[in-house]
Amino acid sequence: MAFNYDEYLRTEKMPTLWCWGCGDGVILKAFIRAVDKLGWNKDDVCVISGIGCSGRFSSYVDFNTIHTTHGRTVAYATGVKLANPDKHVVCVAGDGDALAIGGNHTIHGCRRNIDITLIVIQNFIYGLTNSQTSPTTPRGFWTVSQKAGNIDPTFDGCKLAEAAGASFVAREKVSEPRKLEKVIQKALDHKGFSYVEALSNCHINLGRKNKMQSAMANLDWIDSITMPKKKYDALSEEEKLNYLPTGILKEDTEAEEYCDMYEEIKKVHQGLRPKITPDDFKKKL
Amino acid sequence: MSNLREIISTGNDLAAIASVDAGCKFFGGYPITPSSEVMHTISDLLPKAGGAAIQMEDEIAGICAAIGASMSGVRSLTATSGPGISLKAENLGLAQMAEVPLVVVNVMRGGPSTGLPTRVSQGDIAQAKNPSHGDYKSITVCAGNLAECYTETVRAFNLADRFMQPVIVLLDETLGHMHGKAMIPTVEEVQANIKLRKTFDGPAEEYKPYGVAQDEPAVLNPMFKGYRYHFTGLHHDDMGFPTEEIETCRKLIDRLFRKVDEHVDEIESNEEYMLDDADILLIGYGSASLAIKEAIHRLRDEGIKVGLFRPITIWPSPEKRLFELGQKFDKVLSVELNQGQYLEEIQRAMGRKDIQKLTKTNGRPFSPQDIIDKVKEVF
Repeated sequence: MAFNYDEYLRTEKMPTLWCWGCGDGVILKAFIRAVDKLGWNKDDVCVISGIGCSGRFSSYVDFNTIHTTHGRTVAYATGVKLANPDKHVVCVAGDGDALAIGGNHTIHGCRRNIDITLIVIQNFIYGLTNSQTSPTTPRGFWTVSQKAGNIDPTFDGCKLAEAAGASFVAREKVSEPRKLEKVIQKALDHKGFSYVEALSNCHINLGRKNKMQSAMANLDWIDSITMPKKKYDALSEEEKLNYLPTGILKEDTEAEEYCDMYEEIKKVHQGLRPKITPDDFKKKL
Repeated sequence: MSNLREIISTGNDLAAIASVDAGCKFFGGYPITPSSEVMHTISDLLPKAGGAAIQMEDEIAGICAAIGASMSGVRSLTATSGPGISLKAENLGLAQMAEVPLVVVNVMRGGPSTGLPTRVSQGDIAQAKNPSHGDYKSITVCAGNLAECYTETVRAFNLADRFMQPVIVLLDETLGHMHGKAMIPTVEEVQANIKLRKTFDGPAEEYKPYGVAQDEPAVLNPMFKGYRYHFTGLHHDDMGFPTEEIETCRKLIDRLFRKVDEHVDEIESNEEYMLDDADILLIGYGSASLAIKEAIHRLRDEGIKVGLFRPITIWPSPEKRLFELGQKFDKVLSVELNQGQYLEEIQRAMGRKDIQKLTKTNGRPFSPQDIIDKVKEVF
């Protein structure tokens, strides 16, 4: 039997405002399938998005949903999660949202290792506002704000998330929908901060002046710059500069989760345990 | 409020204690002088009460976390000073637009910019009216003494839930760091008077969170209870979903105004001090009113009959009462620790330009003598 997406969609909001051939719909479907596989009750899920094409993600799914200001998804999510530690909180943000205007919140969400999943829809460009440079735009690409060619160095969000302390980091692309679904499912199921970079096409606003005017051309280009982690790891350091590794890049199931640690704070103030000291973290340091 | 208890504390601590007594269960904030003690104290009190307090990575994240928690259904607080309000402004706008209740304590210091972090000012009166861009109606209350740091914070939580929007509580450096005795209501009395936000308990398919009467706030159920809906800062329809439909957009902003304008009697609060037989009207608020009251006593000892009108709710302004007082008194002096921000509101409400003013923006509080000298100089 075909999968019933309608069960999780606000079908009255269809069609989406995303362009024909946009990869965001693939991510939406992968996310829905992952939630379904986990068997989560829709009432127990909160989906939070920011500003950009990805911002509309939250309005299409039938959960408790929040469309926040630009870049602040993780900050809102931290409040929702800390006030409701037993619920599932998911952020969906674009590359500009999560890595430019909201970069600080991404860093500190990772650092706290609070049990939130952040799905970054990474299409290398500001799509909704018509082709401005994003922190992930490759150097030399045309953008409407750098028509002479982008000179800004490119940001690897997965490396940032790993270094900042996210306990689960993965990257997949929309041309591999089953793999994408699998890493999203793993990320949702992971306890701690999980960061998933979903590489998506924007042939309209990235591709139009960068010789990728169709969705397929844009997807082919993404294929040409990505490589499964195992294969990537075998490359020389110089060769690695040309590729982004895909798959699960980090998975630490031992790292302490923030809400769990906060329960210890509560116990201290309620007289149920002594104060927390550096010794409590000895093993980690 | 009849059952009073004695407490020795500071203004900042009283705001924190009041929040917890009023049922606040979440705090998100960031350190900033002179308000940090609110965070220090509530970080001990909330986990003890089963809630959570978190120091976020910046001022913006502090208010975002607090709004997120409030969206999920718990009473939430953030505290800051003027520079922090500037940073929080965009998300105050989202809370206005999406109708999310929130209490924001602003312990005012000298500005603009970094200004005088450890010195007093009342320079955020105008900012409190419209901290964010766009059209909406703010609610701002201002504590005038230690006890009101407690009672106005409690009132702010009830107002936030009644009108489903952020409520700013203005303290200032003098009150925030003032240490002394205050008579405040008992916890039992505060709890007995808690008025939580309205909720809808009918079938989920009949629930329209923003589909309410044109003078009423949204009815936003707590999350995770079977009523799945959408929050957005975009113009939205009855269900909370983005829309550009002309009439829906007009009605939304109209309602954000009318829900406040048509219920000012539930929000307005003023003190009139020795006004009945007065010849001269002084208008002041916040910690400045403490010096004004002392000056009134000393002037009356000399036979000069002076009285005080003190707005406790700053926004919306008590414009009707100000107009009446403007008709009654020829001699009016506005006293505030800024260059005349509230004076503009007095002039507007009274329809008069001949209001005398005493201002101070050097980071120091008024002394009663400043006020006595000014009264003798201008009248």
